[in-house]
Amino acid sequence: MSIVFKPDETFRGDYSYRNSEAAILRFPFPFPEDRYMYSVNMEPHDGKGPSGAYRHGFDVDEHYIAECRDRAITLERDPGRCQVLPHMMTAQWDTLELLMDRLSTDYPEHFSLNKSGPDFGATWTWINRPLGLEQSFVFGDAATLPCEPFEYITRQAQGDFAICDQREGTLFLDAGMVTSQADWSLDFNVGMNFMEWHGPVPLAHQAGVFERALKYLMMIRLGQPVRRLNWTMTVNPRLDTSPETFPEWGPDRASVTPENIGRKLHLRVELQTLWRLPRSNALLFPIRCYLAPLDDLVRVPKWGKRLSRVLGNLPPQLVEYKGLTRFLPTALDYLTPFDDGATLPVGTAADTACLTTTI
Amino acid sequence: MNGSSLQLRVVAAAAISPSLRHLQLASADGAPLPPTGAGAHVLFNLPGAGRAHRNAYSLVNAPGSRSRYDIIVRRVTASRGGSAAVHERLQVGDALEAQWPANLFAPIRGARRHLMIAGGIGITPFLSYLQDASVRQTGCELHVCCRETEQRVFAPWLPADAPVSFHWDNEGHRLDIAALLGHQPAGTHLYVCGPSELNASVLNAAAAAGWPDDQVHTEHFGSGGGGEAFEAVLQKSGLSVQVAADESLLEAIERIGVATPCLCRGGACGVCVTTLLEGEAEHRDHFLSQTDQAAGRLIMPCVSRSRGPRLVLDL
Repeated sequence: MSIVFKPDETFRGDYSYRNSEAAILRFPFPFPEDRYMYSVNMEPHDGKGPSGAYRHGFDVDEHYIAECRDRAITLERDPGRCQVLPHMMTAQWDTLELLMDRLSTDYPEHFSLNKSGPDFGATWTWINRPLGLEQSFVFGDAATLPCEPFEYITRQAQGDFAICDQREGTLFLDAGMVTSQADWSLDFNVGMNFMEWHGPVPLAHQAGVFERALKYLMMIRLGQPVRRLNWTMTVNPRLDTSPETFPEWGPDRASVTPENIGRKLHLRVELQTLWRLPRSNALLFPIRCYLAPLDDLVRVPKWGKRLSRVLGNLPPQLVEYKGLTRFLPTALDYLTPFDDGATLPVGTAADTACLTTTI
Repeated sequence: MNGSSLQLRVVAAAAISPSLRHLQLASADGAPLPPTGAGAHVLFNLPGAGRAHRNAYSLVNAPGSRSRYDIIVRRVTASRGGSAAVHERLQVGDALEAQWPANLFAPIRGARRHLMIAGGIGITPFLSYLQDASVRQTGCELHVCCRETEQRVFAPWLPADAPVSFHWDNEGHRLDIAALLGHQPAGTHLYVCGPSELNASVLNAAAAAGWPDDQVHTEHFGSGGGGEAFEAVLQKSGLSVQVAADESLLEAIERIGVATPCLCRGGACGVCVTTLLEGEAEHRDHFLSQTDQAAGRLIMPCVSRSRGPRLVLDL
């Protein structure tokens, strides 16, 4: 099915970002149960799952063009959002190959990749129709691209990307393209190891989540990517909620009222996938961001009820860490009327093919 | 591309010495192979006399190759196993099943210099290192300890300008490991692959010379999911299954159609945790605490096995 893009929507200024009904129904809702706590919630990223967002290795949706433009705006203002340490060049090419192979295979109407030459070709021609780009280059020769390979391809993809180098029994965050982050800084974290960059997360360390997760991540195999979901809440559909731009979006948390919360407060879900890269043996860590306002979510009755319960039961440390303190009571006042208390089936599927009417 | 198993075909095979055979493999359907990196290996299912053998061999082709994989296999004396299969049975055109490549011996990309020491057939992972542009650019040298005559066997597999020295057991030709390790610039990473005595002497020399552990690397193949075969009795289901040496307990349970919740299949997530009623588990997971493992009442069937002939599970 061809994607109908929304090239003019914005993630800043007038915030004209909106989800179509189809986009709401394929939202990767993150709560299988009525309570939420950190866990090693990883599973194979194998094309299966209760949302269309899991169908392909790298999900492309109606927001593709607008998200790529928003990334370009952020990079124009702050080039430090893309940083790659010098020893990561092999991993850069691995990333470019993975994305180009996947996108051209999964979305042939939008992306094409032609390889010519011996050994299945070193001379590549890449066509990106939604962005109107065509580029011929030699795989492995960075001088034949307009910028380094990691920046080149991640400017043409939705979501943030980190590359972790695996050494010394841990993972190091040694490259990143980060313009749609939930309040963390690439500039601060680049070069850190796994335990260092997860240092601020509450509760999970005590539960041993990170030790188990790290061991699991270091064993991820080529050809067997895995995924997990993470979430927070964001006021206004803003991709760039970075520490660097906090003065631009932080004050929005005080703008939430009972009247506007349904359209202003967004559940922000990160579809995090992990891929072993073949030549470098590094791990690629794409973090794909999905945004849906409360008004959208309550149109799926199961999701409205479950979100109400999860937020009502959230441990106070998580409320604080995720930055929800100021508007959480207002959110619960909005959601509670949608919850009739019925027992909900375990799982994240929408369990409906059509949405309730707009409120 | 997602996948775990590969269907390969032998496209070339040749003896390169009385005990070494080179095999060149391509995808059976002519499609591109998954590219690999320096130090990668592939686990092969080799046809054996009566039963299949699973052997891992380092890939000696250039990193990134999509058209072919190359391996060099030493015939293990008196072997009735995998290496005998490669030497006696596999011919050009034969089909071969393998797992996707994995890499437990990748070069450290931030190294200032790569120092490699190989013993005999242990040269194989370094043949791919020497074809890796970034390893060569960083600076590297390979020292090979082998029989004097084996120099000629390995020479055609080395890039013409590769910095390689050969050493053998003769006055004036032995490798002085302590001297070599004593004069390396800070930031050098050391890699050793060879017989266990060579590995041990290099590791000891490195420790004695004060090398940081994080800069010393040896090749070791993972245990995978396999081990000794055993019987698993599923009490609630009233079924019993023989867990083969090369399958996991979880795979055996699934094979007889008993539904078991699972997620990561790697011993980390905890979803498949199962109550153990009888028998002693060989714990291989990262989920159970040491206390839980010692208590012996729980097992993670995705990775863990049995120490004895039989386990009884509450399934």
